[in-house]
Amino acid sequence: MNSITTFLAAAVVAGTPLLFATLGELLTEKVGNLNLGVEGMMLMGSVIGFMAGLSTGNPILAMIAAAIAGAFGALIYAFLTITLRANQVVCGLTLTIFGTGFSSMVGKKLIGQVTPDKIKAFFVPVRIPVIGHIPFIGDIFFNQDVFVYLGYVITILLYIYLYKTAKGLNTMAVGENPAAADAASINVNAYKYVNTLIGGALCGLGGAYLSLVYVPAWQENVTAGRGWIAVALVIFATWRPHRALIGAYLFGGLDILGFRLQGLPGFEISQYLIDLLPYVVTIVILVIVSMKKATKNSPPAGLSIPYFREER
Amino acid sequence: MIQIVKRSNISKTDNFKIKCFAILLSLLVLGMFLLVISLNPIDVYVGLIKGSFGSSYSIQQTLIKAIPLIITSLGISIAFKMQFWNIGGEGQIVMGAFAATFFALKFPNMNTVPLLLIMFCAGILGGGLWALIAAVLKGRWNTNETIVTLMLNYIALKFVTYLQYGPWRDKNAMGFPKIPDFSANATLPDVFGINMGWIIAIILVIIVHIFMKYTKKGYEISVLGESEKTAMYAGIKIRKTMYTAIFLSGALCGIAGVIQVSAVTRALSADVAGGAGFTAIIIAWLSALSAPVIVIASILFAALLEGASFIQTAFGIPEAAAQLIQAIILFFVLGSEFFTKYKINFKFQGKLKEENKNE
Repeated sequence: MNSITTFLAAAVVAGTPLLFATLGELLTEKVGNLNLGVEGMMLMGSVIGFMAGLSTGNPILAMIAAAIAGAFGALIYAFLTITLRANQVVCGLTLTIFGTGFSSMVGKKLIGQVTPDKIKAFFVPVRIPVIGHIPFIGDIFFNQDVFVYLGYVITILLYIYLYKTAKGLNTMAVGENPAAADAASINVNAYKYVNTLIGGALCGLGGAYLSLVYVPAWQENVTAGRGWIAVALVIFATWRPHRALIGAYLFGGLDILGFRLQGLPGFEISQYLIDLLPYVVTIVILVIVSMKKATKNSPPAGLSIPYFREER
Repeated sequence: MIQIVKRSNISKTDNFKIKCFAILLSLLVLGMFLLVISLNPIDVYVGLIKGSFGSSYSIQQTLIKAIPLIITSLGISIAFKMQFWNIGGEGQIVMGAFAATFFALKFPNMNTVPLLLIMFCAGILGGGLWALIAAVLKGRWNTNETIVTLMLNYIALKFVTYLQYGPWRDKNAMGFPKIPDFSANATLPDVFGINMGWIIAIILVIIVHIFMKYTKKGYEISVLGESEKTAMYAGIKIRKTMYTAIFLSGALCGIAGVIQVSAVTRALSADVAGGAGFTAIIIAWLSALSAPVIVIASILFAALLEGASFIQTAFGIPEAAAQLIQAIILFFVLGSEFFTKYKINFKFQGKLKEENKNE
């Protein structure tokens, strides 16, 4: 493996938490809910997943706990915005504040704790037979840990769900035109709840990847703004799962660029300036996406508009 | 059978009652959470009050914390009135502080009054222009302002960190990475034991209240927030109004930044905003974007922050508890808004059948 493949393989790893969070937010937005609480749900997932991992030593239980924590955050949001019809933007922001406070409070005693060896061993990179030996691609994509592979699987499943199943089409109908979906006897609120909760669970898993595998230890504010980048990545991906995959790994690469370049001899630019890059690129990409005004690239028509059957 | 009916209007007292009930309920839920982590909720609440209003020193500290919250919330409320989700208050505070620091470090020996005036002008420009980036992108290409203002926060914070470790690093700090302290001339003087930011805050509250309630521009901003189409038919220049409002929004945050860096931290760092930009979002929303209510809400939130640092030392509860309390209160208030907008009628199954028969 040369240095470029090492870098790209590391970009995939760094992009994995972004991928989970982006897919989660994408699914949420597909039913017309703009949940800006991604950062909060990721933090809740990361701290609860870490705690569960620490106390049980079981990686699967840790992942389940993280998903439940993320879904719990999404449940608060869903109840407020779907049942009580509150403003989606403010509810999402509050969820982020809640998740941040929750994780620092619960995580106070965990600072400095390291992921147990049993879990570390479970998440060691495994080379997949046959495709793992394809030069270049095999090294980058198929010599990774189980969590990364789960990311691929979920992307494919989400794609099939949204575009190839009746339930998925219903989901998108709810996001595009809830009144029409309601008239077609689709249970709008049930779809909104289920998809928002699954979305939250995915965000929680993204957070857990950071604390359990990526760092792998508990540190406060472990997400460092990744949740917000995920919200932007959904726009970058123009609400399509396979593009979310590309976007997440691209940003994973940007994320580690500063650190990697620092080691090169004769490299003069400050690491702190390179750390700016992901955020600047996010803005640039948003502008480029918003400049191209194709309808197929636009958000679900019902996004961030609460649906009241009585007010149709 | 539950029936939800939209209320035609709600009296101010009913609205107030519902909000108060929501806050009480949130304290109850918080109390249960505190019991779960084996703390006595009454001790904690008493501690919060003691830590924020218990002595003249703590009252002073609470008010000092309230100043940036008031000014930033004013700024955020102007943007929110227009349904422009400026969540970049944090970054705008930092950029305001950065611009002021530039002059404070350049002319440390200038007379206090002209130096402070220059610093405030710089801060207004710094914060205002930083916010304007998001407004112009939205005006030109309809770029999502929520994400842009948020990314600008991170850029501002990382930029200051870069200055701190790079070009502005204090050479006399024995290798400790920090930006030099302000000279005495660049420091905002105290009035009655509190930095004179409180006078600035009061003046700004009055100005913003008059601007939003009684001027044409202020009215145009609220019309634009209600409906862009109405604004267009009324002949309001949409882009120009948006740019003005967002510049003002950022400029106010910039002023808060100048006060923080000049009177409180007295050296620029990434912590100069200290979360005020985010807390201000909550305050602005809780206050229903009204300037006078913002003052009260800001003092209460400042008390919460000050009280939280007290209970941290008294009970060993992490300071993050303040965030958690804020969020839970806001969840309940957000939920309670449903009951101010809708009425719920409970009907019994039997009664309903009877009604159906009559039809």
